[in-house]
Amino acid sequence: MSTTTKLDHAPPAAAKAPKAGPWRGLRGSRTFNFWLFTGPFLAGLLIFVYIPIGWSIYLSFFEARFTVTPEKFVGFDNFREMLSNDDFMGSLVTFTVFAAIIVPTTWALSLGLALLVNRLRFMRAFFRSVFFLPTAVSYVAASLIWKMSIFNGVRFGLANTVLGVFDVGNVAWLANPDPPWYWLVIVTARLWLQCGFYMILFLAALQNIPGELYEAAAIDGAKRGWQTFWYITLPQLRATSTAVILLLLVAAYQAFDEFFNLLERTTWGRPPLVELYYIALGEEQDYGRGSAGAVILTLLICTVTLFQGRIMGFGRGEEAK
Amino acid sequence: MTTTTPRIDKPRGKRRGGVMSSTGLYIATSVAAVLFLIPFYLLIRNSLSTDQEITGSDWQFFPTDIQWSNITEPFDDPTVDFARAMWNSMVVGTLHTVGVLLVCSLAGYGLARIPYKHANKIFYAVLVTLMVPAAVTFVPSFVLVSSLGWVDTYRGLIIPGLFSGFTCFLFRQYFLGFPKELEEAARVDGLGYWGAYWRVVVPNSLNFFAAIATITFINGWNAFLWPLVIGQDPSAWTVQVALSSYMTNQTVNYHLIFMATAISILPLLFVFLFLQRWLVQGIAQTGIKG
Repeated sequence: MSTTTKLDHAPPAAAKAPKAGPWRGLRGSRTFNFWLFTGPFLAGLLIFVYIPIGWSIYLSFFEARFTVTPEKFVGFDNFREMLSNDDFMGSLVTFTVFAAIIVPTTWALSLGLALLVNRLRFMRAFFRSVFFLPTAVSYVAASLIWKMSIFNGVRFGLANTVLGVFDVGNVAWLANPDPPWYWLVIVTARLWLQCGFYMILFLAALQNIPGELYEAAAIDGAKRGWQTFWYITLPQLRATSTAVILLLLVAAYQAFDEFFNLLERTTWGRPPLVELYYIALGEEQDYGRGSAGAVILTLLICTVTLFQGRIMGFGRGEEAK
Repeated sequence: MTTTTPRIDKPRGKRRGGVMSSTGLYIATSVAAVLFLIPFYLLIRNSLSTDQEITGSDWQFFPTDIQWSNITEPFDDPTVDFARAMWNSMVVGTLHTVGVLLVCSLAGYGLARIPYKHANKIFYAVLVTLMVPAAVTFVPSFVLVSSLGWVDTYRGLIIPGLFSGFTCFLFRQYFLGFPKELEEAARVDGLGYWGAYWRVVVPNSLNFFAAIATITFINGWNAFLWPLVIGQDPSAWTVQVALSSYMTNQTVNYHLIFMATAISILPLLFVFLFLQRWLVQGIAQTGIKG
């Protein structure tokens, strides 16, 4: 511990003399300082996170239509209703399908982009920026471009124009659930929006792989390309991959914006949050059932997160103890 | 971090792909890049075209006459007060960012650096909230905010979003790695925790603050669900809610809608151009370490 040498490098701004005053005694107190720093945050967390969750659990046991101070206790009726509600259960199916498509495709595409960009020697920053740029665009704006320009079902629109070149008739991308072309619209929009972000994560991880590993593999006769990728790159990216998959899953679970905007006024393709939005804030204003739905979703996501963390060995961030 | 070893590797082993594979690499990357840029191009193209050229049967990739006058149209539109929505987003995005940085950084520092006997329990109480995604609790949050009478107000749009457990967690992790000697020196010189924080810790952490600020601003600007729930009156709409309302309007005015979208993205593109270095660095550092 070479504190004496370090002291010489202390910034000059720190050298000001303390002012004497009534705060002197408190300033040294650790407890006081702890609450001074964390108090505002913790108070907000209590009011705007814990109380709503608690209130939501409370409301879920009451019949609460158009009111947030209900009087009629109904026990588990709201939960029973939600679990036997076809629309709500359908939204869970929609989420499962969505997650099953979007998580692997985003993982693969962002890793692929990272591998490409990582090998570039010229214009690397340029290409990285291009792939990263869509991260700045909102889901609403992307939905608008997708719905009104690329996948416009009527007669113009890029996708139908391109298909027209091959003599394929117009496809009603969003207006018809059978065949479910709307999935193509939703998945491509989200891929475009989020791949750049995960590419940055993979790029950072790729640059952390020690070069010796590749040298050693080359000496051992591993062929460059597929073999090195499979036996070195991929295992070295394990921690990042796990985290990316977890983040993607949580993000898919919260999908709302593009479903809400792309599939306005349709009865198909409603993920859980859209369904909840219509139950709680639509014409019914049913806070009781809406809250029950929120509780069910929260329990589900906690289970999935914990379960996945267990399976994929997400124990690295546990230094917190 | 001294990663000098890969340099030996680069000229010989790894990079012996030859002209062919390197050309292939650039072709593949360029194709991907063009695909990623097409939506931007369509947005700009359509926002500067007439409706005929957007919806006409002979769709051209390049429009023939560019309508610069489209630029002011969203601001003169009587159905949606677009200028108001842009202003609301500016106010909400800025105050949201400032608030999150202030509240979460202080808490992160307190949790990382100030010894207190219950600090661990409190930290777990923060971690638990990470398990419950904020979006899932929008119903109860709305119930709370509406009973406070904050619907259609800036308070309602901004304050509930300030207390991000995740951002607090990121700050805590960052401050755990901050060189302790600097603060100790400051405290030997007579500054308390508060003084040391503002005069030594913050000035030496500006890169990290800039990274978090950029990410927070982008998320605040692009947020949709919460502003949709809170902004019931058009005067409280943020730009995202306004854009969404265009899509459901009875009359569809294509060039105006695309121009409004393009304008709504502009501030973020500026943020990107000027702050990309911090943003990339921040994501790489905080997204997950390792």
